[in-house]
Amino acid sequence: MTREEIEAKVKDFLIEDIEIDEEKITPDAKLKDDLGIDSLDFVDIVVIVEKKFGFKIKQEEMMGVDTVAKFCDYIETKVK
Amino acid sequence: MRRVVITGMGIWSCLGTDVDEVKESLYKGKSGIGIDETRIPYGFQSSLTGIVRKPELKGLIDRHLRRGMSEEAEYAYMASRQAFEMASVDEDYLTSNEIGCLFGNDSSAKPVIEAEAIMAEKHDTELLGQSFIFQAMNSTVTMNLSTIFHLKGINFTVSAACASGSHSIGLAYMFIKNGLQDMILCGGAQETNFYSMATFDAIGAFSRRMSDPAGASRPFDRDRDGLVPSGGAAALVLEDYEHAVKRGAHILAEVTGYGFSSNGTAVISQPSDEGCVRAMQRAIDDAGISTDDIDYINAHATSTRQGDMYEAIALDRLFHGKHALISSTKGMTGHECWMSGASEIVYSLIMMRNDFVAPNINLENRDEYSRPLNLAEKTVDTEVSTVLSNSFGFGGTNSALIIKKI
Repeated sequence: MTREEIEAKVKDFLIEDIEIDEEKITPDAKLKDDLGIDSLDFVDIVVIVEKKFGFKIKQEEMMGVDTVAKFCDYIETKVK
Repeated sequence: MRRVVITGMGIWSCLGTDVDEVKESLYKGKSGIGIDETRIPYGFQSSLTGIVRKPELKGLIDRHLRRGMSEEAEYAYMASRQAFEMASVDEDYLTSNEIGCLFGNDSSAKPVIEAEAIMAEKHDTELLGQSFIFQAMNSTVTMNLSTIFHLKGINFTVSAACASGSHSIGLAYMFIKNGLQDMILCGGAQETNFYSMATFDAIGAFSRRMSDPAGASRPFDRDRDGLVPSGGAAALVLEDYEHAVKRGAHILAEVTGYGFSSNGTAVISQPSDEGCVRAMQRAIDDAGISTDDIDYINAHATSTRQGDMYEAIALDRLFHGKHALISSTKGMTGHECWMSGASEIVYSLIMMRNDFVAPNINLENRDEYSRPLNLAEKTVDTEVSTVLSNSFGFGGTNSALIIKKI
């Protein structure tokens, strides 16, 4: 899966499943502060990522993952 | 003791999704029953069900509030919006006053079954997501409504089988009558998905007249062959009379009586005429009226041989020779189960406000027990001032409510 494909898929589920406005989704957007993703959203994101990318997010690996770009980086390392 | 009035009502059912549409259906005796083609392949004996439109909540409610809503909570939200609007309760009023929330609901099967299917496959609770817990509990309706509408008063769900909706109104009436609350949103909600009705189908309770959906629910008719499951939600705003007058609210009717009983019999699914009579008599006594004062009785009659029979015996014991017209609106709606006690108060209010009694449709040949009853086989144009509404449930739980024009 290419970086572009990962970014497109992430953007797609943030819009469709988490219902975040498209214009807010930029690489530097903070997941919590800018996009309003709360802890319950994150419980759903674990399920979505498992379906779309085929792996399960581990909470301990998410330390420091606070922007859209860093989230895509994390996924990239897992699907390589 | 304070007087309790109704200042708002809302409905989302197979007869329509607002009061005006439901009024037309009731007056014309229109059935809301149809076929769910997925039921027979799933393993049901009957594919008959009330056909209830799914609400579109995207755009109405933010995802953070919407994600925990079960099917029945969605119906209840739509009905509650209507009820609050009719009661002139707006956003400002909701946030600055204490309003209670009591709803009847006795299942939330779909999220329970869907979550279990994921667990059976994945064996990992982290892959369930966060929505199921708020959808799967019986209190899904009151927990969601109280959150969405910022309600700050009494808040719980009443689970009492097919009398749940009626008891919720009775309890709201008691809370207000005793001065504990000034206003309560109450009602009943019922899921319609097939997961929720498989266990009911299992006991052979449903009609199999699948070639004639509109003729399948036949309360009091000799040729009935079972009930038709249905659902949706009904909501009412109950309020202290003085409180309603003070804020200039339009009063729809007064709740004057609540009666309840338990059959005390040894068979869980068997009704009892004695239990029905005790609930009705208690409501009549509470209202301080006599049987002569009642103009219309909305019967519980679900189109099952046993249930109809015991209620007919009970009605004959109390109302033989009295002028009250009787009909079961379940001929049109099917059995709205947990919601029915509340929806039937809404249907009765609509009749009261529009001077008619809705027909007991499909009543072509009365059985031996319903022959003495003053049943409305066709729509009757008449003034309706006082209504008795019956609800009876498995396990012998009975509820009767009396509402009066004001």
